[in-house]
Amino acid sequence: MSRMNMVEALNNGLHLGMRENENVVLLGEDVGLLGGVFRVSAGLQETFGTDRVLDTPLSETGIIASAIGMALYGLRPIAEIQFADFAFPAFDQIINELAKYRYRSGNQLTTPVLVRMPVGGGVGGGLYHSQSPESHFAHTAGLKVVIPSNPYDAKGLLLAALREQDPVIFLEPKKLYRTTSAEVPDGAFTVPIGSARRVREGTDVTLICYGAMVPLAEDVARRAAEEQIQVDVLDLRSLLPLDIETVLASVQKTHRIVIVHEAPRTCGYGAELASLIVEKAFWSLDAPILRVTGFDTPFPYRLEKEYLPTSDRILDALRTTVAA
Amino acid sequence: MSETELIRVLGDDDTSPAPYHPSLDDESLLALYRRMVQTRLFDAEMIRLHRQGRVSIYSSSEGEEALAVAAAMTLSEEDWLFPDYRVSGALFERGVPMEEFLAQLFGTSKDLSKGRQIPTHYGSRQRHIASISSPVGNGIAHAVGFAWAARIKKGPEVVLTFFGDGATSEEGFHTGMNIAGVHKLPVVFVCRNNQYAISVPFNLQTGSDTIAVKAKAYGFDGVRVDGTDALAVHDVVREAVERARKGGGPTLVEGVSYRHGAHSTSDDDTRYRKAAEAEAWRKRDPIDRFGRYLKSRGLWDDARDAALRETLESRIQTAVAEAEAAPPPPLESLFDDVYDDLPWHLREQRQDLTDHLRGLKGRKP
Ligand SMILES: Cc1ncc(C[n+]2csc(CCOP(=O)(O)OP(=O)(O)O)c2C)c(N)n1
Repeated sequence: MSRMNMVEALNNGLHLGMRENENVVLLGEDVGLLGGVFRVSAGLQETFGTDRVLDTPLSETGIIASAIGMALYGLRPIAEIQFADFAFPAFDQIINELAKYRYRSGNQLTTPVLVRMPVGGGVGGGLYHSQSPESHFAHTAGLKVVIPSNPYDAKGLLLAALREQDPVIFLEPKKLYRTTSAEVPDGAFTVPIGSARRVREGTDVTLICYGAMVPLAEDVARRAAEEQIQVDVLDLRSLLPLDIETVLASVQKTHRIVIVHEAPRTCGYGAELASLIVEKAFWSLDAPILRVTGFDTPFPYRLEKEYLPTSDRILDALRTTVAA
Repeated sequence: MSETELIRVLGDDDTSPAPYHPSLDDESLLALYRRMVQTRLFDAEMIRLHRQGRVSIYSSSEGEEALAVAAAMTLSEEDWLFPDYRVSGALFERGVPMEEFLAQLFGTSKDLSKGRQIPTHYGSRQRHIASISSPVGNGIAHAVGFAWAARIKKGPEVVLTFFGDGATSEEGFHTGMNIAGVHKLPVVFVCRNNQYAISVPFNLQTGSDTIAVKAKAYGFDGVRVDGTDALAVHDVVREAVERARKGGGPTLVEGVSYRHGAHSTSDDDTRYRKAAEAEAWRKRDPIDRFGRYLKSRGLWDDARDAALRETLESRIQTAVAEAEAAPPPPLESLFDDVYDDLPWHLREQRQDLTDHLRGLKGRKP
């Protein structure tokens, strides 16, 4: 065990993953010599050489398309997109190629590429260094989508993703990169993809969240407990596939749901969650499902704090749900 | 002229190659120099403000002032600029007052773009400057579309777009160059080849020897100019702008330069490049070089230089103080300008947020 922040845990996971399997290569902008703009890949090029840790030209299309070609050859590429906002230049490759290769080739050719990218706000990044594009990916058949909220899960999910036979979109909440540290095993371990984590046990209302909203939700749950509202906090960890059993079990226990994400509300991941809960557990609900999300505006710069869900906004929603 | 030849005006000793400069009168030469110094001092002040936590991020153009200023200087009022995040000098040259740029950097209520973008991502319709976005290379293709429209409408505009060497790997560059070549559009592509895209050196960015050569494949000329030589930059870009205006089509100008500082205030360049390399380039500092030229022509001296810097420093300080004092944009503005109108869901979200915040105020003791 060592104390690691999320960057260190991911870095440690990358070292182990590359040591375990010599077909694993890492490619992206500034990942080699610099070790990544967030230092997630620090030291990897020194350890594994320039044939396995590749500084690419400034082309996201090139990064993803190359990773697809490499995967077809038999490598296990980890492609880093410097900010999730710059996955959009590579969207054609991700949505039309990466996600569909297995299906369209009748399972002859597969593209198990792990695509890592920092997501989310809270760092003063404005429109293009803050977006949370998880719904775009979860809406695309053929992609698995995961998002850790702490160093332990970050490493465990990374190593699990490296064993997947399908492309995995690995979202790293950049706000959490260095804000917290935790005890993380030094050796390899996995956190299974498709399993949520109960962060806190409660009986009055279920708060469903993921990524950077998890520490915030824990904080809110503590505040709510002072008002005798006991919150069941679920960290989804995997958005696709979703751990529906854990979600439904909690609904059956609390009968009240608040969903939190920082991505915009309309067609956000919360909409899918709410639909699933209504379809599968409508008769267990005692109150309308509420969502606390980013607003349906582009991600602002100066008014970022007003844009992002706050502890106060979530607490209001919890109170409303419990009072309903 | 071969694409790989480096065009220079200033000699190795930066003294006067001729008793006068054919394309710039003495007053313009001095204006160019003053603007470059203003840019240098302004950028340095922004780095200082960042260290004090007053500006969240900044990308300095130190070492590339000649490119930004001398190129922008060749434009006429009707022309349009599609800049990137490292050409503050070009903005000033287009007439942007420092106070106005600072309002953007601080994201205040006086910012034309209403505090929506990170520092340096300025834009002004009035000053014919497109709004800068972060995804590298996107604006290059917009410049081409703008020039295409000017061609269709027989407008007088020439469009100039700035970008880095890294941007030449992005789709915006290639698709823009291609379309500009097909239609011989009135656009000037100015690539600031400062040798790095964050940490990635030029030789990992492209397999070609130069950026300029890339124009050939798209059917027009590429020119390689010494980006630390303000006169050479001016002459080359002026010629390109004139050609575009006369219907002669696009030009790609590669300005060979060096990013003296880190990529941005978030970057530490000592991790990926040697100090000696930067030192060597500093000997070719564009401002020092141009200053020596002006002195050799008898147009400038140390006393005037000191006085200029003092005046500029105090103007910068005044502008900073004024800009920083402005309040942030009002809360409700968060929901404006997503669309022309305000659809019901945004009106509802705005109401929810204001109600919530009012409620909080009421609750707090
Ligand atoms: C599409 C996209 N990918 C990545 C980034 C992150 N990024 C910002 S600037 C930059 C390097 C740009 O280098 P270059 O074009 O050479 O210009 P310079 O910064 O050197 O002036 C990178 C990778 C981005 N802004 N947009």
